[in-house]
Amino acid sequence: MMTTTTIRPLASTESSQESGGSTLTGTWQLVRFIVRRDRVRLGVWTVSVAGFYAYFTFALDTLFADPVAQQGRAAVMETPAGIIMGGPGYGMDDYTTGVAMANEGITWVVLALAIMSILHVVRHTRAEEESGRAELLRAATVGRHAPAVASLITLGVVNAVIAVVSALTMVAIGDLPLVDSFAMTVGSALSAVVFGAVALVLCQVTAHARAATGMSLAVFAVAFVVRAAGDMREVGGSALSWLSPIAWAQQMRAFVDLRWWPLLISVTAIALLLWLASALASHRDFDAGLLPARKGRADARSSLRSPISLAWLQQRAPLGWSCLGLGLMWFASGTMLPDIDDMVGGLVQDNPAVAAIFGDNPDQFTLGFLGVLMLYGAAACAAYAIVMGHAVKGEESAGRAEVMLALPVARTCWLAAQLVVAGLGAAALLAVSVYAVWLGTVAVDGGGPGAGEYTAVFVGYLPAVLVYLALTAALYGWMPRAAGVGWALLAYSFVIGMFGGLFEDLPEAASWISPFFWVSAAFTEELSWPAFVGLTTTAGVLFLLALVGLRRRDIGTA
Amino acid sequence: MTSLTSARASAPAIQIENLHKSFGTVHALDGLNLTVPAGQVAGFLGPNGAGKSTAIRVVLGLLRADSGSVRLLGGDPWRDAVAVHRRLAYVPGEVSLWPNLTGGEAIDLLTRLRGRADRRRKAELLERFELDPTKKTGTYSKGNRQKVALVAALASDVDLLVLDEPTSGLDPLMEAVFTDYVRQATSEGVSVLLSSHILSEVEKVCDTVTIIRAGRAVESGTLDELRHLTRSAVSAVVDTDPGSLAALPGVHDLQVTPTQSGNRVTFDVENTQIAGVLTALGTMGVHTMTAAPPSLEELFLRHYGDGVDAADSARPVAQARG
Repeated sequence: MMTTTTIRPLASTESSQESGGSTLTGTWQLVRFIVRRDRVRLGVWTVSVAGFYAYFTFALDTLFADPVAQQGRAAVMETPAGIIMGGPGYGMDDYTTGVAMANEGITWVVLALAIMSILHVVRHTRAEEESGRAELLRAATVGRHAPAVASLITLGVVNAVIAVVSALTMVAIGDLPLVDSFAMTVGSALSAVVFGAVALVLCQVTAHARAATGMSLAVFAVAFVVRAAGDMREVGGSALSWLSPIAWAQQMRAFVDLRWWPLLISVTAIALLLWLASALASHRDFDAGLLPARKGRADARSSLRSPISLAWLQQRAPLGWSCLGLGLMWFASGTMLPDIDDMVGGLVQDNPAVAAIFGDNPDQFTLGFLGVLMLYGAAACAAYAIVMGHAVKGEESAGRAEVMLALPVARTCWLAAQLVVAGLGAAALLAVSVYAVWLGTVAVDGGGPGAGEYTAVFVGYLPAVLVYLALTAALYGWMPRAAGVGWALLAYSFVIGMFGGLFEDLPEAASWISPFFWVSAAFTEELSWPAFVGLTTTAGVLFLLALVGLRRRDIGTA
Repeated sequence: MTSLTSARASAPAIQIENLHKSFGTVHALDGLNLTVPAGQVAGFLGPNGAGKSTAIRVVLGLLRADSGSVRLLGGDPWRDAVAVHRRLAYVPGEVSLWPNLTGGEAIDLLTRLRGRADRRRKAELLERFELDPTKKTGTYSKGNRQKVALVAALASDVDLLVLDEPTSGLDPLMEAVFTDYVRQATSEGVSVLLSSHILSEVEKVCDTVTIIRAGRAVESGTLDELRHLTRSAVSAVVDTDPGSLAALPGVHDLQVTPTQSGNRVTFDVENTQIAGVLTALGTMGVHTMTAAPPSLEELFLRHYGDGVDAADSARPVAQARG
């Protein structure tokens, strides 16, 4: 006898058509959900990238207004280092603002947008699965591919918004041609979406959000190197360049001899990557990757028995990567030294604003340039120090501080261990940055100061960098919610250090709160020991305050 | 050794008196009293948000008490934190571990920092709890992270275990393993504070129970003492109409259903009134009768279900039904 119970058929053709009962069901709701969750985050990205366009356009327009200055800049961009940091070198004979924007800016805009795209895709696909939140959604009427497609739709929209806003910004500030401006911003945005699509593929391969992010960033690094190596071979790029998505935006030749068809390569690549991601996604289980999870040690090394060895284990990976990345970057910057003299010399004659930054003594342009590099390097190390200071707060909000402090480990001992490792890490990173510039100058035989003078710079900046760590720690100890103030101080110090000379009305006292203000000018002034002692004392006092603060307050409130 | 044992026997492992703790306007602990007698397992029961974890964090010196007194292993939990932590192991309710460490590495770190790491004990516990120590803690499920903290705690040689909902992520088999180890620990003289809302677990292993609600202890004592406060559930089949039982003092929720062999009657009776009820039942021609002691579930429901506050308003409804 046939069954007489009436169970509604699961996939009646009627219902599946009406509700779109496919692997994409629920995409639209997820899109709205992502917009709701990330409106601030994406808003900040939009404003920041548009701000970069605005700043870069304005700076080029102001500092490189006349043809002599422009050709000086073009000469630098034709050097190997200029090509690595810049672009393929279209329009070098008439290096106006738009040409310079396209040649030098695209790499960095794509970098920023690619990071945004990678983080966005990983955050809304793999990270959601890993945290278990996606399980709730997927158990509801949400199709298998819906989260991935929703993350890409939102990614496309935010990149489009950024492209439009940025293009209008360039037109408004630099009075640049509208069509070329759009070509540049749209090309850059599409290149970035390519990296977002790469991230989506890698999210299927690995089961861990951090691994997916790291692998995607590595793909970007390879694309960066391939583009640079390709462009070194000949002006306008070689066949090798075309393997890199960054080149696809640059090869549109915006502001020089615009062509649109390279956009098609980006679009095709995105389509292929999406097809690949979809095929891979259909072959894996929820919360699983295609790569098996790696096994680790069953027993800890005998050295892992103290808060300080744990802090080292936690911080060594970020420190290692920072040293490698910043070291290579500063080394490349150092190799630009021989070309600097001519460029800056020409600029300073024509433009008092440049003189305010690099100094107006012709003998010291190189030193001025190196001094600016040192400030950049120290600021990057200060940023590292602030991040590591924040990581301590992260330990507490994640609940790991609670585990640690329920052991026979004093609060001061735990915090000091974290800070000592962070401080030594920041010092190591500063040493790597400073000496990498020196090695760069030595590698091209560019003259300039010797190792001893770089050591003086290192010694001068070290306590200033540590002040940022100590300040973040002290805020963490007393007012964990205000721990982000360190970033505000760094931004302020950087602007004062870089452009303080431009603001003639600025009272000197406004510079005093910047730790960098007290550091003697690199290479041109003697190392100031009173400043060294003062900054060291400040850092020391703030460290002590941090320890005292943490002893007093409740744990688990950060 | 003898001095240690006598110290364990003499003073309570944890003694909390009139403890207050506020976060802003929220009064998390409002005059809490709690004692963990030496060598005993003290259950600490309460619904989410009752203040269990806050109390435990004060006991561990992670939070500072606003007022009241807390003694932990003879010391002050805030001032003597490091010294007393040498003698205790803690398993948080929500275990966070260092994602780039494996489970085995995390266990070693925790036991080494407590002193006296015992490799054989670790191996035995890993096997009993069926935990793979080679996986990164970032890839563990909640239950497996809990196992890491449990293995690290049970592998340490301590006088006191502080366990905050330690089995909330474990399956029933692992819960049984956990219960075994708690019993083993108490047989060795270890004191245990076990917070939970799994009542059967508390019934299985605890000597005393404190029930906390809105930051204060509402019931406290041994399980037997608490049961005296409550009712037994009686079910019987009788010949005559048992409706008159409803009028007896201490009888609640009486229900009668006619069956083929007679009238089935079920009701709750306060334990102090049970003698009178049995006398009355005896005159009714009893066929079968069962009387079940109250489970902790019922104790708990009385405080948190309809609750003490709602008891008065709930009563007329129950009587009307009976």
